[in-house]
Amino acid sequence: MDQFTLNLLVVGATFVLYIGIAIWARAGSTAEFYAAGRGVHPVLNGMATGADWMSAASFISMAGIIAFSGYDASTYLMGWTGGYVLLAMLLAPYLRKFGKFTVPEFIGDRFYSQTARTVAVICLIIASITYVIGQMTGVGVAFSRFLEVDNTTGLFIGAAIVFLYAVLGGMKGITYTQVAQYVVLIIAYTIPAIFISLQLTGNPIPALGLFSNDVNTGAPILATLNDTVEALGFKSYTGQHDTTLNMFLFTMTLMIGTAGLPHVIVRFFTVPTVADARSSAGWALVFISLLYLTAPAVGAMARLNLINTFYPEGVSQPAVELSQIETAPQNLWVRNWEKTGLLTIADKNGDGRIEYNANKDTNELDVNRDIITLANPEIANLPGWVIALVAAGGLAAALSTAAGLLMAISSAVSHDLIKSQINPNISEKGELLAARISMAVAIAVATYLGLNPPGFAAQTVALAFGLAASSIFPALMMGIFSKKINNTGAVAGMLVGLTTTLVYIFLHKGWFFVADTASFSDANPMILSIKSTSFGVIGAVLNFITAFIVSGATKGTPEEIQELVESIRVPKGAGAATDH
Amino acid sequence: MADKSSSNAYWKANIRTIQLFLVIWFVASFGFGILLRPMLAGIKIGGTDLGFWFAQQGAVLVFLVLIFTYAWRMNKLDREHGVEE
Repeated sequence: MDQFTLNLLVVGATFVLYIGIAIWARAGSTAEFYAAGRGVHPVLNGMATGADWMSAASFISMAGIIAFSGYDASTYLMGWTGGYVLLAMLLAPYLRKFGKFTVPEFIGDRFYSQTARTVAVICLIIASITYVIGQMTGVGVAFSRFLEVDNTTGLFIGAAIVFLYAVLGGMKGITYTQVAQYVVLIIAYTIPAIFISLQLTGNPIPALGLFSNDVNTGAPILATLNDTVEALGFKSYTGQHDTTLNMFLFTMTLMIGTAGLPHVIVRFFTVPTVADARSSAGWALVFISLLYLTAPAVGAMARLNLINTFYPEGVSQPAVELSQIETAPQNLWVRNWEKTGLLTIADKNGDGRIEYNANKDTNELDVNRDIITLANPEIANLPGWVIALVAAGGLAAALSTAAGLLMAISSAVSHDLIKSQINPNISEKGELLAARISMAVAIAVATYLGLNPPGFAAQTVALAFGLAASSIFPALMMGIFSKKINNTGAVAGMLVGLTTTLVYIFLHKGWFFVADTASFSDANPMILSIKSTSFGVIGAVLNFITAFIVSGATKGTPEEIQELVESIRVPKGAGAATDH
Repeated sequence: MADKSSSNAYWKANIRTIQLFLVIWFVASFGFGILLRPMLAGIKIGGTDLGFWFAQQGAVLVFLVLIFTYAWRMNKLDREHGVEE
């Protein structure tokens, strides 16, 4: 059986599974559509949150970034996990106690203001749609490579699949579908990593293999990697090359962005009790960390294997011959990825060899970082079924996150805009219809923008994090931990956080991502060494300061709001609050 | 609804727990992983130093322990103050 048929079979089988689950769990009432009747066990909810959380950025992109940036990329590892500590302690239990359906609903009630609710909906939609665009781009790339269709066709197939199960199933469909997707993606991620760790270090656990000795050199694998990359003129793998300031701010932005992204927070509305909300965050991180502890090993080992392809005799010997790349079976992966245009080789000096080094003039290999995870099993010459499995895993990651985000968007529109403001008398059936229509519209918009993305997927995803960090997270936190913040303060804070972050990003990436309108670049940023992706935490600080100053200067919060804050701080009585 | 004095004491105990845990959270990631890494450079592990390990693996493990310890401690506090569900 050839690789194409195998990919088709494995990917097809997983899709049949997801859609089957969605149809089986089709939602009836509105309560079920949004929050699965609040009957989801913390462990299952943790797995679903894991699938929701780990998108194309984590699965497809992150190990590649680590492979080429080494230590500097630790910001992603800490940033995309540390937010769960904040969620578990600062947000999840109280929002569960509050006992409603959506994030804007909490902000609207706590700050007794329709304006606050509407501003929260706007923040949510901007952050979520930018995030979905990145996922759609990822879906398109993965489909086009593994099903051997063009990028546009891949994107349309992906959009159709997302539409089917998100629209038919609602949250319950998504919860159980996402449990299945988690299982597929974690198996797909770890199996090739285990194979490669065994090949290079003899240790079957990749996370331990990273700190073990290389079976060929006998030296620690990270020391071998440092020597190898430095011999080719690259910066050391374990050294720090970014500024401490930017690393600090970027990590913090990713952390509080995690705790401010509505599609993650909404997960904690679906557990039975407040105690479950706390442990659900822990279970989510258990399942997420299985991938995150493996990713640094995948990155480092992929970099070594990549270099070995081009220097089979070692970096002190001449590079691989072009004829070897063109014909040898172990170099088939180079030829495969050349077809996608994401990997290019050019024998510039005509010596019949392909050199790979840090010198722009003599380097003859160009590799897109995003192909590393997908190409990894091919580089290590693993069996065909492993390659097919990785394809299915990458698609599971991208599709599950897209579906969760679409759910958050549709409930914000139908529940927080239409039902609460435009037409309060809408029937339950009408509300469901509105939710499904807004989902379809969001998919259409994201698919369209995915065809002509505003930038690389990673940039788009970073924008989503910065926006969530600067607008939603501070509003939620102040709503729980301070009784003083009033309606005007919260609205002013959210608007200041959102606009400063958006403007800083547009100044560096171009207004509405039209690149030639940018005034600064991330290589040479406007303020110190702060890149546009790291600004979210500064927007959040401005949000906090604005909210405190404005609240201090305006009328205090009413008695019943202070009581509401008191009541969400204790778990007692959470059951009653869920009765709608 | 629990009486006010009990829920006040409960909330203060919760805030103290959160503060302590956030200090650990900060030290394990931003501290050992980034700011204090030069100080840990002398402690070697698998071809690199302890700061690298914290940044790429250790911080995540600390986060896990923190969340489950917090959940366990809060369940205990809930019962002690009679505010459990």
